[in-house]
Amino acid sequence: MKECYLGVDIGSISTKGVIIDEDNNIITSSYIWTEGNPTLAVRKLLNILKNKLPKEYILKGIGTTGSARKLIGLMLDANIVKNEITAHAIGTLTFHPDARTILEIGGQDSKIILLKNGIITNYAMNTLCAAGTGSFLSSQAKRLGIEVEEFGDYALKSKNPVKIAARCTVFAESDLVHKAGVGYPKEDIIAGLCKSIVLNYLNNVGKGKKIVKPIIFQGGVSKNKGVVKYFKEILKEDIIVDENGHLMGALGVAILAKKNKIGKTYSLEMKDLKFITKAFECHRCSNNCELLKIYKNDTLVDSWGSKCGKY
Amino acid sequence: MNKIAFPHMGDYYVPANYLLSHIFPKDIIIKAPKITNKTIEIGTKYSPDFVCTPFKYTLGTMIESLEEGANILVQMGGGCRYGYYAELQEEILKELNYKCKVINLVKEGVTSPKRINKLLKQIDKKYSKIKAIYYSFIAFKMVKYMDQIDDYIRKNIGFEIKKGSFESLKEEMLISFSYIKGYNDLKKTYKRYLKKFKNIKVRKPDNPIKIGIIGELYTIMEPFSNYYLEKALAQKGIEITRFTNVYYLLFQKAKKFKKYQKYSKNYFKYSMGADASDNIARCKYLCENKYDGIIHIKSSFCTPEIGAMPIINNLAAKYNIPVLFFSFDSATSETGVITRLEAFYDMLEMRRRK
Repeated sequence: MKECYLGVDIGSISTKGVIIDEDNNIITSSYIWTEGNPTLAVRKLLNILKNKLPKEYILKGIGTTGSARKLIGLMLDANIVKNEITAHAIGTLTFHPDARTILEIGGQDSKIILLKNGIITNYAMNTLCAAGTGSFLSSQAKRLGIEVEEFGDYALKSKNPVKIAARCTVFAESDLVHKAGVGYPKEDIIAGLCKSIVLNYLNNVGKGKKIVKPIIFQGGVSKNKGVVKYFKEILKEDIIVDENGHLMGALGVAILAKKNKIGKTYSLEMKDLKFITKAFECHRCSNNCELLKIYKNDTLVDSWGSKCGKY
Repeated sequence: MNKIAFPHMGDYYVPANYLLSHIFPKDIIIKAPKITNKTIEIGTKYSPDFVCTPFKYTLGTMIESLEEGANILVQMGGGCRYGYYAELQEEILKELNYKCKVINLVKEGVTSPKRINKLLKQIDKKYSKIKAIYYSFIAFKMVKYMDQIDDYIRKNIGFEIKKGSFESLKEEMLISFSYIKGYNDLKKTYKRYLKKFKNIKVRKPDNPIKIGIIGELYTIMEPFSNYYLEKALAQKGIEITRFTNVYYLLFQKAKKFKKYQKYSKNYFKYSMGADASDNIARCKYLCENKYDGIIHIKSSFCTPEIGAMPIINNLAAKYNIPVLFFSFDSATSETGVITRLEAFYDMLEMRRRK
């Protein structure tokens, strides 16, 4: 029997799962949509992984990351729960030990991680709003009537990208509607949109950060060839897009699960597990905390959101 | 009868309450309810959208204390936009049909005993000046002692063996402070508690991870407005250094400016308003003294700090010290703050290990 480790990255848009062996090789992986229901997505994910995993492996560790890491960590009894910044850096460093800059644009957030000699030296994450992230791209794709997966190909066709206000999603959208209204071709608008995402990212998240090569571009948006093209053009450097780029967070946390294993054996079987969350608002004081109670097999395992610590 | 109230900031309601209740023994001092989500909700509702968050918090506490029956509000201005807040807040409260008087002790960042005397007479014509001076002296000493204790707590709370022992003792101390009988009593109480604090058992490593916190004063000093950032850091076992406190603002800031100016003369020449230039000098100090990281916090739209941020960024890059910038608004997500803090801590730990 060989040992293996599972890393789950539950993002706002997609849920990623990776199973690695003792030498950090990916045995199997899966990528599905979260669709606003992380617990259901993880159940589906584990089902897929269970069918894909060869029988000789036993699961010795589970790690979770991403925005629903705490909840899923509790659900799966994970031995490690890590934030996505650390997970991404560790995952990337296994494949690119010499990486100096990680650009990451995901569904709701974007971040930049600077590395030196294999450790994180600085990072930044977008604040306040999700302008220039994947969710913006997909909503605009819907508006233009094309699939988000085709976005990159359209952008590459354009020779003359239109200028689109990059500062704010709302302004970008009205700019886009206007440009479409006056008759600009679709590919020019899409190319302009891709360019505006790059500019927004560099002005916002990348502000004041020195971008040194090798540069690695990750996250769902890295699959968009248009955005990659404009990153190359504007930074005047080569950009590495890993084919497993979208899995790096899950991979990183799988490696962390391996490092922090506690000797327990896990199962991918989820059928018997009853996992429910109940939300309510506490009115004992004017804080009106939104509380979340988490029940696993009908017993209360945790509750979150209380400011005073009563729950 | 007068019912006097004042906005909240951290634990400083204790000396403020003490001072006012002794200068005006006949009047009632109303302690506004503790800052909660409701406070900021009310504050945001009636504030201009792009004003900085301290305005919203103070307006929120003002309205909450008016609801409790206050009719005189005491406010203090600062060295930035905050200097004009009292007037604006008074206008907003008038429009909301609250009948109250707003007394602004510090106008546009400056004040004088004469001005304060005139203003206090508006509350009570026959107030005793000697008493006012004596109790101000005690209140300022109390602020000093509180800040000294807080500094000690910040250095050690991350390493306490029994969780919560520092916090509960501090609460006990604040209660004792609000009942002291005079200066000697205050001094004795302070010494007694200092001893108790030093007796709290801590398990502190020789060289713990050290973080310096700099930034805009209100957001730093009111823990609710920075989502209890210091507490979250302490739980990770980090030693925290913070420079801004009321004692610093009242007695040290003016004196220190020249020193700071000389110390960081390559980075700024003139005062940049509020604490911006102080923060640049502090950033240099933290970098030179081998701190592991710096956290800069401000409320959204804080103009002086926005001016200081690029300089702090460059300065820290030169010394290769990571800086984490936080901009807190009434709608900041707490999860986002926690994620960034966790990553920051992981990074500092990784840097240490290598």
